[in-house]
Amino acid sequence: MQTQTVKIVVTGPFNAGKTELIRSVSEIEVVNTEKKVTSESEKVKNSTTVAMDFGRITVDNDLVLFLFGTPGQKRFDFMWEILSEGMLGFIVLVDSTRPETFREARGILETFRAYAPTPYIVVANKQDLADAWSLEDIRVALRLDPAIKLLPCTAKKKSSVKTVLLELLYAILEELDSTKS
Amino acid sequence: MALKGNLRDFSIIQVLNLINLAKKTGALYIESSSKSAKLIFREGKLVYATTGMDAVPLIKIMARSKLIPSSAAASLSERYRTLNDMELGITLINSGYLTQDQIFTGIADFFKDILRGLFTLTEGLFNFEADEQPPSTSIPLRMALEDIIIEGSRQAHEHEDLKNEIPSLDVALKFAERPGVNIRDIKLNAEEWRVISYVNPKNSIKQIATAAKLNDFQIRRVVYNLLQAGLVEMIRLNSPVASAPPHAIPARNPIEQRNLVNRVIDRIKTI
Ligand SMILES: Nc1nc2c(ncn2[C@@H]2O[C@H](COP(=O)(O)OP(=O)(O)OP(=O)(O)O)[C@@H](O)[C@H]2O)c(=O)[nH]1
Ligand SMILES: [Mg+2]
Repeated sequence: MQTQTVKIVVTGPFNAGKTELIRSVSEIEVVNTEKKVTSESEKVKNSTTVAMDFGRITVDNDLVLFLFGTPGQKRFDFMWEILSEGMLGFIVLVDSTRPETFREARGILETFRAYAPTPYIVVANKQDLADAWSLEDIRVALRLDPAIKLLPCTAKKKSSVKTVLLELLYAILEELDSTKS
Repeated sequence: MALKGNLRDFSIIQVLNLINLAKKTGALYIESSSKSAKLIFREGKLVYATTGMDAVPLIKIMARSKLIPSSAAASLSERYRTLNDMELGITLINSGYLTQDQIFTGIADFFKDILRGLFTLTEGLFNFEADEQPPSTSIPLRMALEDIIIEGSRQAHEHEDLKNEIPSLDVALKFAERPGVNIRDIKLNAEEWRVISYVNPKNSIKQIATAAKLNDFQIRRVVYNLLQAGLVEMIRLNSPVASAPPHAIPARNPIEQRNLVNRVIDRIKTI
């Protein structure tokens, strides 16, 4: 039997930790296309992802999970096209220490709301840092519907990323149940 | 847990919105090159505000609102020098000089002026210290924030970026479920009322705009103000999903899909 593939997409504002999250659990070296950051406003880090990050987890002999991380800019135009086939759901990652990115995160979330019910969860990353906003405050700042899961995360820690992936998968199961009919 | 940032990135209106919606209790410190302020909230309502170092005495606050003639302010201050605000308020009421309502109105006006002064800040640090209480001797007023948020949101310069914030007009609005907040008590302008009258999960924002005769920019601005004040929420349009991208829903059947997801779950558990 031919190997099947499923995809999970990790999106979110610049510098949220998308590459880091995928790197923590991928069994292959994350294929990423980072380049040096030149724009002044984004000088908080030295490199940014310019195309997709790409991680992989072999599930069993004939099923593979791909993890895609969207680049720091321009997320939507091309994304649905590339990713819709076999996509299970999304993770919207935000940097809990940078409220200036919440506006952009809200834009991403509002866009999702307008579309068909593709399951997604929101993940508050960098909770290990002292400057991290609490989940409660982030939920309000992002205007998250109470039905949407919001989880704490430290993308550098494998166990934390594991929890996040499982929660997304459970949300996907719930969505499948609710559309069973 | 921190709740801090720079007003350059997260405006004072957005901070107030957060405090209002999350019903926070504690002190908000604002520190910019031109101004500093301390605002104390209790369950999302403003109970205390000062700018600069010192609290403004009650007599001065009343004189500002012309509730006490400024000619009388100095002698009253002198006479009641030893009283704290709470004691002074009671004394003024008991002596028939002012009513409780007048005192509350005067203080609320004072609070609003302080907030208005902060609306113009385009940079400055903010920091929220949870659970900090006002001085026990202050007058126990609780000022709701919706009106001032709407007012500030109307004049804010944030509107330029609204396309990022509200990218799609193909979503619907619904009233936020917030016990204790009655929309009739809030000071909306005519444009906002027109939009409010069409709020319904079956109407897209675009349809509301057409009905209310607003262009895309205007409707985004109104929706944004209402969102900021926590009066409405955006929801998926409750009708055939017109804007769904092709193939967004995986083409597999649910049973097969379930099976795949369960296998992925089993695998992730072993990580
Ligand atoms: N302390 C801490 N730092 C993190 C965490 N996750 C990511 N980082 C750091 O945050 C920075 C950004 O992480 P990336 O993974 O490059 O973020 P990204 O979302 O891929 O960024 P772009 O591709 O540029 O949008 C890096 O310096 C990471 O090491 C975390 O959980 N805790
Ligand atoms: Mg990256």
